[in-house]
Order: sequence, then C-alpha cells, then structure tokens
Amino acid sequence: MTTGDEDAAITADGLRKRYGAVQAVDGVSLTVRRGEFFGLLGPNGAGKTTTLEILEGLREPDEGAATLFGERPWPRNPRLLPRIGVQLQASAFFERLTAHEQLAAFASLYGVGARRAEEMLARVGLTEFAGTQAEKLSGGQAQRLSIACALVHEPELVFLDEPTTGLDPQARRNLWDLLREINADGRTVVLTTHYLDEAEILCDRVAVMDHGKVLRTGPPAALIRELDAPTRISVPSGALSAAEARAALGDDVEVVDDGVSLVLATREPAPVLALLGARGELHGLQVRGGTLEDVFLHLTGREFRE
Amino acid sequence: MKAFLSLSRSLLVSNARDRTWLFFTVLFPLMFLLLFGVLFKGGSAAHSTVLQVGPVSVLDRMTPAQRAELGRSLTIKRDDNLSDALKQVRDGTDDGALQQTASGQLLLHFSAGDATRAATVQGLVDAVVQQANQDATGRPPAWTLTTAQVEDQSTKPIQYLTPGLLGWAIATSGTFSAALTLVAWRRKRILRRLRLAPVSLTAVVAAPTAVTLVVALVQTAVFLGVATLPYYGLRLTGDWWLAVPLVLSGSVCFMSIGLLAGSFAKTENAAQSVAQLIVLPMAFLSGSFFPLDFAPGWVQSVAQVMPLHHLSAAMQDVLSRGKGVDAALPTIGGLLALAVVLCAVSLRLFRWDDA
Repeated sequence: MTTGDEDAAITADGLRKRYGAVQAVDGVSLTVRRGEFFGLLGPNGAGKTTTLEILEGLREPDEGAATLFGERPWPRNPRLLPRIGVQLQASAFFERLTAHEQLAAFASLYGVGARRAEEMLARVGLTEFAGTQAEKLSGGQAQRLSIACALVHEPELVFLDEPTTGLDPQARRNLWDLLREINADGRTVVLTTHYLDEAEILCDRVAVMDHGKVLRTGPPAALIRELDAPTRISVPSGALSAAEARAALGDDVEVVDDGVSLVLATREPAPVLALLGARGELHGLQVRGGTLEDVFLHLTGREFRE
Repeated sequence: MKAFLSLSRSLLVSNARDRTWLFFTVLFPLMFLLLFGVLFKGGSAAHSTVLQVGPVSVLDRMTPAQRAELGRSLTIKRDDNLSDALKQVRDGTDDGALQQTASGQLLLHFSAGDATRAATVQGLVDAVVQQANQDATGRPPAWTLTTAQVEDQSTKPIQYLTPGLLGWAIATSGTFSAALTLVAWRRKRILRRLRLAPVSLTAVVAAPTAVTLVVALVQTAVFLGVATLPYYGLRLTGDWWLAVPLVLSGSVCFMSIGLLAGSFAKTENAAQSVAQLIVLPMAFLSGSFFPLDFAPGWVQSVAQVMPLHHLSAAMQDVLSRGKGVDAALPTIGGLLALAVVLCAVSLRLFRWDDA
C-alpha cells in the first residue's frame, strides 16, 4: 500500500488491538511527517506502547493498517528494518557485555563497521564507560546506551518507548538534549511518554491518548491555545485584598486568596497586569498559562493519572 | 553470516564471563570425573587383610608361588600379640586374625561390623584351609573351578565413568544453555530487539546452537584428555572418533529438550530448576554415575527410554568396547529424530515475549 502522502514517514488508519477482554488500541489513526518529532502522550495503560509496537511491526493489528515510508511493517518487513531504529521500554542488552561490545554487536547485526561503535559512544557521552558491563551502568547511562544501539545504523526513523521513565530530573534533561540533537539531524522521532512536560518541550506534535483512543492531535502549543484556558496570575497575599481586586476588575476575573497567594484567573490578563503594575505590586508575580495537563483534564474530564 | 558470527561471539563472551555457567558446564562434571576416577580406581575386587598370630602351619608351609597367588585377594600380616590383633579386627583396620591353637585347630577371629567383609574373609581363609587339606591327601583334586570375567580383561571403572559422565556433562550444558538462552533473551527483550534488526531467524537459532556445540566438543576433549592420563588409564579402543558425532547429536538432542523447558519457563530461575529436574533424575536413571546392572528391573526399563542412557551406552561402545559405526549410527539417528520432534513442539509453543 502506498499513500498519496509522499511526505509521510508513518500512517496509521483505524488500528485496533484487543488482548482478551482489554481493548488496548481502539481505532487509532495518525500521520507522522518526515523529520517530525512526534509524541504519543497518555497515562500508563493508555495504549501507547501497543500502538508503537504495531507501527514497529512487532504486532499485527486486529483491524486497520499501518505504513512506514509507504510500506507495511507487518509481517516482518526486511526492507524496512534497516531504516528504523528502536529503543524498547526495557533495555535489551546482551548479558555481561560491555557498553562498547553491545554497540559493536548491534553494529555488525546491521552490517555497520565496528568503528561506528566508538562514534556512537562519544555521541551519547559514554566514552569513559566503554569498558563497563551494561548491567553496571546507571539508569540514565543505560538509556543512553540503548538509544545509541537504536541509532548505530543511522536509521531515518527512530522509535523511543518511554526513554526517560525512572530517570532523575538531571538525567532526564540531559537525555532531552540528546533527543533534540537526534531530531535535528533530520531523523523522524516517535516517542511515547507519560510526562506531559516532556511532550510539551520536545514534540512538534503530540497525540493525546487514553483508553486506546487518540483524543486529540496537534502541536502542544496549539492544543493549549485551543483550550482557551484562563491565564492564572498570582502575587503574594496582602499586596492587594480580594475585595479590592473584585471591585477593580469586575466579574470576568476569578479571585481566590488562600492566605499565601492571591490568584487571579482571567482570559483577559491585560487589565489585571495593568492594575498590578499601577499599584507597584509586581514583586513575586507569576503568570501561568494553560499546560498539556489542562488539555488532558479538559479532554477526559479527570486529572492526568500516573 | 556476519550476523551469525556477531551473535555467536557475543554469546561466547557473555557465557565465558558467567562464572556459574563455567562452573556447572565445565568444571562440575570434570570434578565428578576426577573424584569418581580416584574413588573407583582400585577396582571393585574385594581385598582382605588377615593378621597371623603366632605360627600357623597352613600359611607357613605355603610356597612363594602360592603366596603370590593368595596375595591377589588376601594380604597376610604378622602380629604376634593376640590382644593387639583382636583390637585391630574390632576397629576394622584388618578383616580377621588367624591363630593356631595348641590342639592344631585353626581359629579365625572376625568382626561382624561389616557383613560383606566378614563373609569375604571367612570364605578366603576357608579356601586356604581346604586347599591345604586337599594337598595333604597327596591326590589331585576331583573337581576344580576356574572363573572368567565376561568384560575385556582391561575394563576399568574409568572406561565406564568417562562415557557416563561425559554424557551427563553434554546433557547438562545442552539443556541448560538452550533453556536459559531462550528465557533470558525473551525476558531481556533481546529476541524482540533481534526481530527488529535485519537478522535472519536462522542466524538467531544457529548462533546459540553453534556455541553449545563448540562447548560440547571442548568438554569432550577435556574429558578424554583427563581420562587418558596415565593416572586414570583410559584406553581408547577402536573407532573412538565416533564419540564426536555422538556428542554433537546428543548435544542437539538435549538442546531441544532445553528449548522445550524454556518454552514453559517464565524466568531464568524457573528454567534452571526445570532443566535440573529433567537432567539430574535422567542421569541417575540412565546409569551415568554407576552401572545399572544391579538396579531393579523397572529402572532398567525406564533407562531404555532415556536418550542419555543410549548416548552413554553408545559412547561406551565406541570408546572402550572397540565397537564401530554399527553401534553409533542407530543412537545418532534416534537422538536426532527426538530433537526434530521436540523442536517442532517448541516451535509451536514459541513466543517472542511474555506479553
């Protein structure tokens, strides 16, 4: 099957997959353009990983069809395999092999010279751990090695399944830099995550998933803007009393004072900021727009659960 | 081919760094050979020692030739202190004390502590006395008895132990490596990762197989090397090179058993337990550690359906009984046929991952 869309790295049309009583994927359709950084976002059990596995060609969908570069990934398609790189949720390493040996092994599985192994180690910042057995690497280092194994053959399309889960904040940020570089090389990157901030920061577009369905697809900023969520402006309590604020700003502004902060929620922030500026009360001012969290809350009617 | 070599190398390195694996597949069976070889070295022929207390005419009158003949089964030592001699018999250092009373009667003191030794020493001394009585008549004996062992005169325990223990070693490493590799690769998602790499399934199956076969050949070389040391004294007879195809087909057969065990097991520990539960009882029931000649009939019947029994028996045939291709071929065929059946079953049960 070829699609009219020459630009598409991935198309999925009405994918469904059921495991016993659980409908893991329930009619997922999406398109990922070449060079795009695309995120599948949702809580655990939303169907992200199963969707990813269908796209990678690891599972056959019960219904619907997927294509990568216009070709079907299922059944196992040897023409596609050299073009895609996959990082699985659990790091798939050979036991007791060092970081360098793992990479050299994967390189030769893809028919790439072992010299690439050193380059990739340097690329993911693991040169000094070349002789360390994979089991002894830290969580962040193991994820980096796993990503290096996925990239060793220079694939056009990279699948990353929850690459930052279980990492400390510093390691997550380091990994984000690496992922941005990979995408900047011109590779298409598809990532699943249950971190909303991660999707917001990294992805060109996200598909918000829950219960096996895609609820919404689009650039994170557009999804948030579309939500038309109120801007929340807060100043320390005591700068302005709640009654004064209500009197000055009228009914369009929702005013809450919890004793620590005075929070003013409004869709028209200009008059509020003007008022605070005129009174010289801009110390400790915070302005927060909507986030993907709000989008998820809005779409599902409940808090994002982890 | 490149993928196959790369996978094989990775597996070999991974195995070589696993001390537990090295111990159980290479050292452990070898330790058994070294140990059993020493334990059974003297052979199973009973040898008794008797203390002669004071003059005993039947012993004193023996010719040097008779003495040498008797020495093969009975050692005579001299200890003229009766109470000291009795103490040695009582604590089992010697099997009997023989004295001649004033009336010319022969009196043998023995300990009932070990029934076999007691019976042996009584029989031996009785034979000596009967011989002396017969000689005293000055006439040739009316009846004589000669005995002959059915095995080759040179058969030693090492010639039984080497094929038995080698068979057990091959069975252990074959079963364990297949079961553990399958479960570990599935659990660590290596199978899944390989499925996403441009690697043929043939390479994925062939690499662990080749590694196990190489290990089996190394085990064979080490075993035969140790057993043929002068100290252990294994003499290879006839077409002993047939042990190589036997070892290879046995290894393939036990890998297929391990594959089946690995299809059911969910964790490495479970795989290890299942493999041990299969191999160890099979080794006992197949007579890998000791001959089944004295085992109950049902054990001997069970042994007939054990692939390990046939592997060990055929190896014994070609290694130490001087038999040839005729003895090895049916076993090779049987082992490979069983492997084909078990592989077919495993293929039906095969899953790429636990999900």
